[in-house]
Amino acid sequence: MRYVDEYRDGVLAKSIAAAISAEAEPHRRYHFMEFCGGHTHAISRYGIEDLLPENLRMIHGPGCPVCVLPVGRMDDAIRLAQRPGVTLCTYGDLMRVPGSDGSSLLKAKAAGADIRMVYSTLDALKIAEAEPGREVVFFAIGFETTTPPTAVAIEIAAKKELKNFSVFCNHVLTPAAIRAIMESPEAKRGEVSLDGFVGPAHVSTVIGTAPYEFCATLYRKPVVIAGFEPLDVMHAILMLVRQVNEGRTEIENQYIRAVTPTGNEKAQALVTKLFEPRESFEWRGLGEVPFGALKLRDVYARFDAETRFSIVTQKAEDNPACECGAILRGVKRPADCKLFGTVCTPENPMGSCMVSSEGACAAHWTFGRFRQHARTRPEVLPA
Amino acid sequence: MTTHVPPRPRHRKLDLTNGRVELTHGAGGRAMAQLIADIFAPALANEFLAQGNDQAAMPLPGAANGKLVMTTDGYVVSPLFFPGGDIGSLAVHGTINDIAMSGGVPLYLSASFIIEEGFPLADLDRIAKSMGAASRAAGVPVVTGDTKVVERGKADGVFISTAGIGVVPAGLVLSGDRATPGDVVLLSGSIGDHGVAIMSSRENLEFETAILSDSAALHGLVAAMVAAAGAHLKLMRDPTRGGLAATLNEIAHQSGVGIVIAEEAIPVKAQVAAACELLGLEPLNVANEGKLTAVVAPEGADALLAAMRAHPLGRDAAIIGTIVEDKHRFVQMTTAFGGGRIVDWLAGEQLPRIC
Repeated sequence: MRYVDEYRDGVLAKSIAAAISAEAEPHRRYHFMEFCGGHTHAISRYGIEDLLPENLRMIHGPGCPVCVLPVGRMDDAIRLAQRPGVTLCTYGDLMRVPGSDGSSLLKAKAAGADIRMVYSTLDALKIAEAEPGREVVFFAIGFETTTPPTAVAIEIAAKKELKNFSVFCNHVLTPAAIRAIMESPEAKRGEVSLDGFVGPAHVSTVIGTAPYEFCATLYRKPVVIAGFEPLDVMHAILMLVRQVNEGRTEIENQYIRAVTPTGNEKAQALVTKLFEPRESFEWRGLGEVPFGALKLRDVYARFDAETRFSIVTQKAEDNPACECGAILRGVKRPADCKLFGTVCTPENPMGSCMVSSEGACAAHWTFGRFRQHARTRPEVLPA
Repeated sequence: MTTHVPPRPRHRKLDLTNGRVELTHGAGGRAMAQLIADIFAPALANEFLAQGNDQAAMPLPGAANGKLVMTTDGYVVSPLFFPGGDIGSLAVHGTINDIAMSGGVPLYLSASFIIEEGFPLADLDRIAKSMGAASRAAGVPVVTGDTKVVERGKADGVFISTAGIGVVPAGLVLSGDRATPGDVVLLSGSIGDHGVAIMSSRENLEFETAILSDSAALHGLVAAMVAAAGAHLKLMRDPTRGGLAATLNEIAHQSGVGIVIAEEAIPVKAQVAAACELLGLEPLNVANEGKLTAVVAPEGADALLAAMRAHPLGRDAAIIGTIVEDKHRFVQMTTAFGGGRIVDWLAGEQLPRIC
C-alpha cells in the first residue's frame, strides 16, 4: 500500500528504536501516556513495546470513545432501539458493548429491534429520507474528530426539513479528559508517574495543537501530537524523550502532514454553532468530567434524541473490583486487576478498558498478554 | 422430497427468465418434479443422480484399505453472487475442502436446497449450473439432493446444505492434535481474498476492487502435498471463517503447543491490505475459501513447499512459522515492524471500528 507502508517500515523502526535507546538516560524512568485508543492499537498491533528500552513505559490512556461511554448511556441506546417505530443507526464497534443487565445492541437486534450498522452519519440520513415512517436515530459517539460529521448531518437534515431524524449525542472532549487525569487525587498527591503525553492525531486535525497548551503551562508536561502509524508513534516517543532530557515542556507537533496549530477552523465553527459543552459528563473509568462532553444547542433540540424521547440517563455502577479508573489514570496496569483475564475478557467485558480493542486491557489481552508469561519470544524460522 | 427425477411432466417449461420459486415448487407434486427436472438434473447430471432414487448407490474405491471420511456443511453466504464465485460453487468447493483436509480423496457430494418463496428461477438456475460446473471441474459428483421451499421471509434467498464422502488412503493420519515443537507451518497463498470480495459486494458497502474470491477445490493440491511429504505431513486446515488467526489458534489448542509466525512471510495482496485498512479489519481474521495451512515435520518442509509451489493453487505458498513449546498455547507473531504480539481469536464477528 503506497503512502501507508512507508510509515510501517521495519528498518526505519529499528533506527528510531536505536535512537530512543541511545538517548534515554539510564538513570531515569520515562512514563508516557498515549491518550488515544488509536495509538494504543498501533502500539499493540505492531509490538512497539518490544522496541522500547526497559526504562520507558507507555501508559494506555482513556482515548477510546467506546470504552469511556458510561454503561447508563448504553442502556439508553438499547432502550431507544427497542421502542416501536425507532431505527437506531450505529457504528459497528458499539454493537457488542454490554449494558448494565448484560444486554447489548447485538442482542436487541436479534430480539427484533431495528438496529442498523452504518459507516457514516450520511448513511443514517439516507435511511431517514428513504423511510419517512421510521424515527431514525443516529447513535453519535466519538471525540472531536467525529463531531463535525454529526454536525454536517444535522445541518443537512435541517435544510431538508427531515422530521424523522435525530441524534443521540455522546461526543466527548479530549483536553477536558487530560485535565481530569492531571487533577485526579493520585496525580495531585504526586503518586502518578507521568512524564508526558502522546497527543491524538485526528482530534488535532480538527482542534489544532493550541488547546493542549495548558498541559505545558499549568501541569509542566510535554505533549507531542502524533500520527497513528507505528513510525509516527516511535518518532513521538523519541521527541518526548528529548523534551524530558532537556527539561522542556512544549507542545510539539510530529503529525505535521495533517495538523496545524489552529486546526480546521471551519469544522470548529460548525461544531460551535450546533453544540455546547455539558457542564459535566460521566466518563466510564474517570468519573464525572467537568465540561467533558457536548450536547446540542436548544435551537437544534428537535434533532436531539434526548429531548425527543425524554431520555434520562440512569447511573449504572461497574464491578467494584474493576481497576479501569486506576489503569486509565496510569496508576495501575491491566495485569494488576483481579478481574483481568479471569471474569473480564473481550468476550465478557466487565470494565471500560476491555470493551473495545482500543481499550488498555483489551489491547493487552488481545495482543500482549504473552509478555506476562515470557520475557523473550522464541525466534521464527527464516521465511 | 428428494431429487428423484420422474418422467418429465407435460407442463409448460419453467420460465427461467422471469419466473419465481413458489411454495408449490417444494410441495412434492408436479411443480417440484419440474423444478428438479429443469434446473437441478441437467445442471448436476451424473450417473448416480440419474438413478433417480431417494438415495444414491456408489462404489467406494480404495475403501477396503483406507478410511471413510464424511463431512457436512451449510452455506448461507450473502450476497449469493460475489466476485469470483457464488453460493453454488462455494458449496462444492467448501465441502470438497473439508474432506481434502484429511488428506482424503473426495468422492461424492450431496446438496440440500432451502429456497425462499419468490426466489427468481433464473438465479436458481445460475446457482445450479455453477454448482454443476464446479463439481465437474473437481471430478466430484453431486449424487443426491433435496429441495424445500419456505415462505417468503423464512430464508434469505437460498441456503444450501451439503454432505461429502471421501476415502483416506491407508496409513495417512492428518489431525489437528499432531503438531509438535519444531514442526514447520506452511500457507498455500495470499489470505483475505474471499472475505474482501464478499464485503466489496455487500449492499451497504460497495467499493470498487479487482479482488476475486479465492474459492477453489483444494484436493488436487492436497494430493500433490501428500505425495511429496508423505508421513512427514502432520495436519492440514483450510482457514475459512475466522481466517488464519482462528485456524492457527485451533491447531495450537488441539495440539497443546504454541505457534510463532512472521508477519512478513504471510502473503497479502495489496488490494486486500488496502480494503482491510479502510474498513479497520485484520487480514488474519478475514475468511478464505481456497487456501490451506499445513504443519509438517522439519525434514519434510522443503519438499512440501516445492510441491505446493509447483501446483497452480499453491504458487504463492510460503513457510510462515514454527510450532513451539508453550503451555499457554499462544499464537505469537513477529510483526513486520519488528515487535511481537499475540494473534488471537476474534471475540465475535469482526466489526468495523469507528476510528
